[in-house]
Amino acid sequence: MLLAELMAWIRAFGPYRWASHRLLNWGITGRTAVIGLPYLWLILFFLIPFIIVLKISVSDIRLGMPPYEPMVHWIEHQVVALQINFGNYAFLFKDALYRNAYMNSILVAAGSTVLCLLVGYPMAYGIARTSPSWRNLLLMMVMLPFWTSFLLRVYAWIGILKNNGLINNVLMAMGVIDEPIVMLQTDFAVYVGIVYSYLPFMVLPLYATLEKMDLTLLEAAADLGCHPTKAFMTITLPLSVPGIVAGSMLVFIPAVGEFVIPALLGGPDSLMIGRVLWEEFFHNRDWPVASAVAIAMLILLVGPIMILQYNQGRQAGAHR
Amino acid sequence: MRNIYKSGLLVAALAVAVAGCGKKEEGEKAAGPPAPEEKILNVYNWSDYIAEDTIANFEQQTGIKVNYDVFDSNEVLETKLLAGKTGYDVVVPSASFLERQIKAGVFMALDQAKLPNLVNMDPEIMQRVALHDPGNEHSVPYLWGTTGIGYNPEKVMAALGTDTIDSWSTIFDPANAAKLKDCGIVMLDAPTEVFDSALIYLGKDPNSESEEDLKAASDLIMKIRPYVRYFHSSQYINDLANGEICVALGWSGDILQAQARGAEAEKPVNVAYAIPKEGAIIWFDMLAIPADAPHPDNAHQFVNYIMEPAVIAGISDYVAYANGNAASFEMIDEAVRTDPSVYPTPEVKSKLYPSLAESQEYSRLSNRAWTTVRTGQ
Repeated sequence: MLLAELMAWIRAFGPYRWASHRLLNWGITGRTAVIGLPYLWLILFFLIPFIIVLKISVSDIRLGMPPYEPMVHWIEHQVVALQINFGNYAFLFKDALYRNAYMNSILVAAGSTVLCLLVGYPMAYGIARTSPSWRNLLLMMVMLPFWTSFLLRVYAWIGILKNNGLINNVLMAMGVIDEPIVMLQTDFAVYVGIVYSYLPFMVLPLYATLEKMDLTLLEAAADLGCHPTKAFMTITLPLSVPGIVAGSMLVFIPAVGEFVIPALLGGPDSLMIGRVLWEEFFHNRDWPVASAVAIAMLILLVGPIMILQYNQGRQAGAHR
Repeated sequence: MRNIYKSGLLVAALAVAVAGCGKKEEGEKAAGPPAPEEKILNVYNWSDYIAEDTIANFEQQTGIKVNYDVFDSNEVLETKLLAGKTGYDVVVPSASFLERQIKAGVFMALDQAKLPNLVNMDPEIMQRVALHDPGNEHSVPYLWGTTGIGYNPEKVMAALGTDTIDSWSTIFDPANAAKLKDCGIVMLDAPTEVFDSALIYLGKDPNSESEEDLKAASDLIMKIRPYVRYFHSSQYINDLANGEICVALGWSGDILQAQARGAEAEKPVNVAYAIPKEGAIIWFDMLAIPADAPHPDNAHQFVNYIMEPAVIAGISDYVAYANGNAASFEMIDEAVRTDPSVYPTPEVKSKLYPSLAESQEYSRLSNRAWTTVRTGQ
């Protein structure tokens, strides 16, 4: 009661009325402010950086600070020249290097995603079906590696995989092999690194979906004489699709642009787009082409995902 | 309109806040240029590239607080410098990078009146670096070294039947490279350094910027490519030191660091360094002051301090790199001063070639050729 009186008093207060009136005039209410915050966030940390990169990607390279030509030139008092150069994008098509790097990145990322799913699904399933006290402990163990720096964890794999490393030394001491198996600086090491690093991103969304699942459906299936395997295939798996999609995206998208893992664990011939981008930026000092590579990657990745989401949204609408 | 103006202000305010977070204890900027500088200096140097007491002594002498920050590649430094407003007062690029950065207008001309210790510098070194910095206007040499071959004598003995390497043919001759494959050949992941070294082996001018020569160099490296374990610019220090690899095309000081680490190891590993008889690339790291440095006076004081013979001699002792300060030579530890891999003999020195800055076009060609070498694409 007291609160309501207080609110009424505040509403009657002159400056408040004035301010809220002004805000309403601009179309800002409490509701729009709450919705607007994420938009503001996206504009600040996604849209503006994106526009800056887009701008650099259509400029010309030069020797100077910054190392690209400004887009707008003031020629005379009222004459402004706008310079847009699409040559940087055309350049990406001229050399097969870029296409191959994109393709290879997508292949490696897709492979890692599938591996993450194969390893992560049983893990998430197991965690979701254990007793609640165990569940928290197991979830904790999935998240615990995040407490150590990502870079340190990738470096640790160097110590495990190298010729003079843990695995080879143990195998040689046991007499299983005479010569060390070369694992570091191979594609195998890249897959190990990516799957290891991104596994929690697969396990957590899968766990969230599996945990919410209605278990009585499985009981009903069992009562009606359905074999557990068939029940899993026809009930659990389809119901966990949202988790599979979310987890796969969380693994696939960062894996495509991955730079650190292939650089540290991969062989010299691992050609991934993150590395190509790094070289354009640092070795060639060509900010415009580097930006064009980044924008092309974004379009290549975000495009299909947006189409997918649009279709899903339409399907969801049709079901209703 | 007002709405746009307001959100613009907000964005600007946030940008300032974000930029403020990025800088490490830079302190408040002095109000105007004529006011005396605050006692702060921001130095950006290579990692493991200074003596333990250099900074502490400078702070004690001058009362200037030094914020010391490190990098490990010229490319990273250059990218920061070209983006501008780094907040650094003294940076240490290699001369070939500095050459291009000067053209881009990154550095201020040094005020020679504030650098009385310039008289200590070695005229021969000053002349060599003037190739990069005409008239020595923008920079002062810090330390210098060469790009040669680091190796493990025992393992090379087992593979090739000799424990001394004196020629680039050890790496660039496919017959030798094939024999060394199993014990491990490694190269810098630096196109300029490797192509230049290959050109020197082929008896060609490393600075010709000729497409034909570049093709010859990359063809040569393609032939030994199957025997190279990896291309990386710092990993080889550790791997040489623990015997993981046996031959590395790398930087002199890094290899001497591997030597020191290998000797300290539980099971000591021998590491040796050779400047091949065909010649090698010589490089210089230079002290320079960015044009937008917030504390240029302090920066000059620091550069002058580094040129004091006792100070730079202490640094050379500690990091095993040669310096360009003639007056300091007698003060350097005898073991370092007489080590021909730190201070090469005059005959060897006459075969050291500078690596000049490349044009943008050649740089792209050379980097593209490098990607082909590295990935086969």
